Amino acid sequence: MTAATLTHAIDHGLSEDEWKHVLRVMNRTPNMTELGIFSVMWSEHCSYKSSRVHLKKLPTSAPWVIQGPGENAGVIDIGDGDAIIFKMESHNHPSFIEPYQGAATGVGGIMRDVFTMGARPIAMLNALRFGEPTHPKTQHLVSGVVAGIGGYGNCMGVPTVAGEVNFHKAYNGNILVNAMCVGLAKTNKIFLSAAKGSGNPVVYVGSKTGRDGIHGATMASAEFDDASEEKRPTVQVGDPFTEKLLLEACLELMATDAIVGIQDMGAAGLTSSSCEMADKGGSGIELNLDHVPCREKGMTPYEMMLSESQERMLMVLKPGREKEAEKIFKKWELDFAVIGVTTDTKRLVLNFKGETVADIPVAALADEAPLYERPWTEPERPKPLGEVPEPKSITETLSKLVATPDLASRRWIYEQYDSTVMADTVQRPGGDAAIVRIHGTSKAIATKCDVTPRYVLADPYTGGAQAVAEVWRNLTAVGATPLAITDNLNFGNPQRPEIMGQFVLAVRGIGDACRALDFPVVSGNVSLYNETNGQAILPTPAIGGVGLLKDVTKHATIPFKAPGETILVIGETKGHLGQSIYLREIHDREEGAAPPLDLKVERKNGDFVRTLIGERRVTAVHDCSDGGIAVAIAEMAMASGIGATLTTPANFTRHGFWFGEDQSRYVVTAPAADADRILSDAKLAGVPAQKQGTTGGNAWKLDGEDPFPTARLRELNEAWLPKLMGTA
Amino acid sequence: MKAAVVVFPASNCDRDVATALTQANGSPPKMVWHQDASLPDDLDLIVLPGGFSYGDYLRCGAMAAHSPIMRDVIARAKEGTPILGICNGFQVLCETGLLPGVLMRNAHLKFVSRDVHMTVEGANTMFTARYKPGQRINIPVAHGDGNYFADKGTLDRLEGEGQVAFRYVEGENPNGAARNIAGIYNEKRTILGLMPHPERHADPLLGCTDGKAIFDSLVSALS
Repeated sequence: MTAATLTHAIDHGLSEDEWKHVLRVMNRTPNMTELGIFSVMWSEHCSYKSSRVHLKKLPTSAPWVIQGPGENAGVIDIGDGDAIIFKMESHNHPSFIEPYQGAATGVGGIMRDVFTMGARPIAMLNALRFGEPTHPKTQHLVSGVVAGIGGYGNCMGVPTVAGEVNFHKAYNGNILVNAMCVGLAKTNKIFLSAAKGSGNPVVYVGSKTGRDGIHGATMASAEFDDASEEKRPTVQVGDPFTEKLLLEACLELMATDAIVGIQDMGAAGLTSSSCEMADKGGSGIELNLDHVPCREKGMTPYEMMLSESQERMLMVLKPGREKEAEKIFKKWELDFAVIGVTTDTKRLVLNFKGETVADIPVAALADEAPLYERPWTEPERPKPLGEVPEPKSITETLSKLVATPDLASRRWIYEQYDSTVMADTVQRPGGDAAIVRIHGTSKAIATKCDVTPRYVLADPYTGGAQAVAEVWRNLTAVGATPLAITDNLNFGNPQRPEIMGQFVLAVRGIGDACRALDFPVVSGNVSLYNETNGQAILPTPAIGGVGLLKDVTKHATIPFKAPGETILVIGETKGHLGQSIYLREIHDREEGAAPPLDLKVERKNGDFVRTLIGERRVTAVHDCSDGGIAVAIAEMAMASGIGATLTTPANFTRHGFWFGEDQSRYVVTAPAADADRILSDAKLAGVPAQKQGTTGGNAWKLDGEDPFPTARLRELNEAWLPKLMGTA
Repeated sequence: MKAAVVVFPASNCDRDVATALTQANGSPPKMVWHQDASLPDDLDLIVLPGGFSYGDYLRCGAMAAHSPIMRDVIARAKEGTPILGICNGFQVLCETGLLPGVLMRNAHLKFVSRDVHMTVEGANTMFTARYKPGQRINIPVAHGDGNYFADKGTLDRLEGEGQVAFRYVEGENPNGAARNIAGIYNEKRTILGLMPHPERHADPLLGCTDGKAIFDSLVSALS
């Protein structure tokens, strides 16, 4: 076996200091297989070496949290013995190199994280960021990513119910593909990854191991440059059919009590699954690599340990239960092999052809992994916003805004995702949050993911908090009680102090918002080094949230329901134009401060709206976000075909009032006779609220301007994305 | 009504159709694994559900058409046992030859998931008795290969013999299917294959129940 050298270590992405650290913990020179194992386990992707110090400060507990961060996914209690298991994860680098397979395997990976804990996936979401629409690669990437997500999720038979998509030049060389999976389990049937005990069989199930994806985790921990496309062989290939079989086989085995611990083989495949299971179980693992099912002949231990072939799981069974488990996996025509045994040595020992090819203390790979408190600086704040000229017509401006990249309809995308399979989808894509019924009951979960990267860039702390608040607001807007979040933190190179500063402050903002809203973090993923040729992405901490509707019939939707109803705005409008979509799209200015956020106000306003929905006093609800009140009301009109007649209050600039992005606001409708009562109740609750107009007719009518047909607005809103994709 | 749902590897609408059948019939159908040699005796209805049988990496439904259980499905079909094939089930029925024609890749080459309106072409069969003739119903589609095609003679015959069961409303054809065909019968009208998913619109909580009448019709005809 070849002894590794410093040069090898650097080729594997380790620093010189990290190499010295390897020599210290091993107390000898490692061979190449061992170096390979260290390099993936100590990669940013697996070790969270730059982020762990900060992530520890996030709030992770609440009475309804069953399992916080540290397992394959987070678990919350939704009553009646039911648990929701969920997590969001990035597949950014592979999706840029090979969009279809990169996105598809991202979906497959996050599903395994959820079903490995005993849950049946019931909802998928995705948060996508692409470069500017005119960039030569954008169309190809959108097309491939969307087809990949659909191709995998549709075959799995899990509805894809919500998501978000942004376009910005900062993602030209580094798109973001974040996939979230929400699963349903029983609280007394949750499976963890600890490989407890000594002498228990270690079992490999699923697909065979091939040479694909070797060094995927290392690639995901490095910046891109012009030669990145040469890394295509490090991208894995997905097989949703096998994953569907693996899902059913795992759930069938989980109905027995044969499993001690189980973990999916994701990034760094067999290496990370075996190390993490042993580490959590306080045990050791000894594997005989001769028994690993391989797709190709002549695979070396190095290749087997670093392969990222998909649709594989590692399990520790109770002794004597192998036959029973094997029968289930054979029924589903999957590979099943006992490849090792748990030990009490706390070492990872690999044998191959009668020789020991690796022998590493588990703690060296897990606890001893490097931990960096990287230097950071407070990022420079944008200058205060100067004067912005008012447009002649708010209505005409609105008609332009609804057809801009970040506000145009996403129908072209979500119609490629099966959103109704499982026959429990109550609110499909296009609402504030998706609603998925718990099968066979009248309760439901609501789920949504959000972040506004331009706010995070302008003010990482407020932007981080705002991402959490917006998810909370979207769940509230459908009537759900928000319960917990998963975070997917996408940033640039953490070795640059200003990027590290974005990270540290955004995490601080996320933490404060979670505390203020009783909305803890139960799982998450960090994706750093999202840079190409030194150009970083916008800081993008995507937040995915889950809420509960105890009675699914008490939920709210966006479309206006009837003419003659009163339109009310809940929450205070100040006319904040800094960092607004209006400012960027109409005036071509990405300037000013992010809108301020008061978390106490957020909570008060949201609780008020949720109560109105629960008492069935409002007929339509929509949160106010990108594009302000004008766009929120326009979306309610477009979704229903019913128009609106609106007046601008005195003391405001018209564009500030209609397009400003002040936070913590909702638009609601109510029968005219009930509106005054809502206003008086709002006053009692200390919640700002005012009447803004009336539903009716088939046009958008703003005081002093020409009416604009709702149908025409809708056409403009629907046409943009098909036109971009060349399918108009 | 004694019903069975055939489960192929990577069927994924088996539970959904079983739920709709249970709601209509009061008792759950038998779930039959694709490797089983035979179906239960005395069946009143066989359902081939939606999904991606065997991954559908070949032509959709091509592998499933040759799975062990299909020998008995074909034998029962010939004896006159009613069969309902939904989405992938429709593709499997065409692949076995129990229904004429083929389902090609959608004309726009993309997967399509949306509600479509279709008309009930003949409301006088065991599958559609609870609909009014010509009734316009709203049912979700979710498929990549729903573009129904057959030669002109076959299409003329299907239309002439009243074997077109459902047609997409003009302008809402989601896949390019010939003559807007969404579903067809065999000659005896004991077999129905359709691309849309009636089981997804069978529960008031989901906002629409236009698909429920298929299951109710079957229960009244076959109980």
